[in-house]
Amino acid sequence: MKYLYYPGCSLEGTAIEYNLSTRSLMQALDVELIEIDNWTCCGASAAEATSRLLSLALPARVLALAEAMGEPIDILVPCSACYLNLKKVEQGVKKDPDLLARLNEILSVDDLTLKGSLRVRHLLDVMSQDLGAAAIAPRVLRRLEGFRIAPYYGCQCLRPYAVFDDPEAPTSMEPLIRSTGADVHPWHMAGRCCGAAHMNTKTEVALELVNAILTDARGADAIVTVCPMCQMNLEAYQRKIAKTYAEEAFEQTILYLPQLLGWAMGLSEQDLRIDLNLAVSDAFRTKLHQTEETRRAG
Amino acid sequence: MNQAANPTKTAVGTPDPDVLAPIRAMVSACIQCGTCSASCPNAFAMDHTPRQLWHLVMLGQKDAIFSSKTFALCSACYYCTLRCPRGLPLTDAMAALKQIAAREHLALYRQSDNFYGSFMESVRRHGRVREMEFMTLFFWHMKSPFIPLKFASLGLKLMGKGKVSLQIPNKGKGALDAIFRKVEELEARS
Repeated sequence: MKYLYYPGCSLEGTAIEYNLSTRSLMQALDVELIEIDNWTCCGASAAEATSRLLSLALPARVLALAEAMGEPIDILVPCSACYLNLKKVEQGVKKDPDLLARLNEILSVDDLTLKGSLRVRHLLDVMSQDLGAAAIAPRVLRRLEGFRIAPYYGCQCLRPYAVFDDPEAPTSMEPLIRSTGADVHPWHMAGRCCGAAHMNTKTEVALELVNAILTDARGADAIVTVCPMCQMNLEAYQRKIAKTYAEEAFEQTILYLPQLLGWAMGLSEQDLRIDLNLAVSDAFRTKLHQTEETRRAG
Repeated sequence: MNQAANPTKTAVGTPDPDVLAPIRAMVSACIQCGTCSASCPNAFAMDHTPRQLWHLVMLGQKDAIFSSKTFALCSACYYCTLRCPRGLPLTDAMAALKQIAAREHLALYRQSDNFYGSFMESVRRHGRVREMEFMTLFFWHMKSPFIPLKFASLGLKLMGKGKVSLQIPNKGKGALDAIFRKVEELEARS
């Protein structure tokens, strides 16, 4: 199995562990990732807040670069914001030939052309639909028995495009989590908003949203995420939230989905760079290392 | 609609009323049911609910719209777009209002304007955003010593993990200059 790979800017910086753990997991699953040559920014949530045309031109540029790579035609994208930006262009040019012409007029300044032939796939789409629990289960070396994991999807991999999951009541992560031996934490916040970039400019609003998510996750050993923005919002402000709302401290572990699955499949902490996460509690780390004892003979 | 495609700035910097026309077209089938307001995770912090905002758009009340923080509080979760019984592109309509505020550099939205503007500046220079440069540019534009302080502890934590490093902003090679310029040119023409 082969995919083109678009890591996006965050995955080279603050979310480097998402990049490395995704690559390690895919390698362990015999999936080849081919990084798009000289890829550029998709515009994140910033382009749309400044110019609609720019918010389409930037992802169009990425898709044009990807098309120039030739086969395969599926692009795997781990970041939900990048995914949505690329998806909007994929869908937009299918419905609107004028938009395709307009984007090509822009791309011509960089000698690029967009045909609109590619399929944009979120990492969770690929994990749940192409690989699934059936690919994980036989490779599990460390059973995560007794772990309760809260799957957090956030918004933009689910909405507005209902591609691989129910945008109101998502479940695509659950079979993957169960395939490791872990239980799924029952909760209501799986597809709710973390406030995204509001954490920087409208902090008190985002803190309120993250507080609701962390509170509903109490009792879970970890929350798993599939987006660098969600991850950062859930992991970096726990102390501030407990203080703001005068609540019991949060010691909530936040992992990227590939880190959890990769650990169960026997990958090392170094492969998954769990040391780079901002919120992994001592209790969780101890429990994680205890699974080593259950490791099956290779 | 034709006039709306040709927005002009008024002297006081308030958007010309016709800039609302394309947004009015997006929400013209609104039945004021309030599903958007009930679905919005940020409605609790808004002065006008999303439903009220669409009403203001229909009435062309640009002063009320651009003295409200409602659209700036949209975090693009797409619940309203998903649930709108008329299938209206409400998140896109919120974004269109943000774009007007950014284009006009309206003072009320200065923080978001500088935040997103700094991000795009870094992307334009280098092709990919440099997270530390972007934040440095943002602090520079805000000209307030308190804003960097708010980010200091997280910044240090991220540096400690080696995820970001201090970057002195530099003009780079203007990696995406040509694309940005072309977009500006097309937008000015339309």
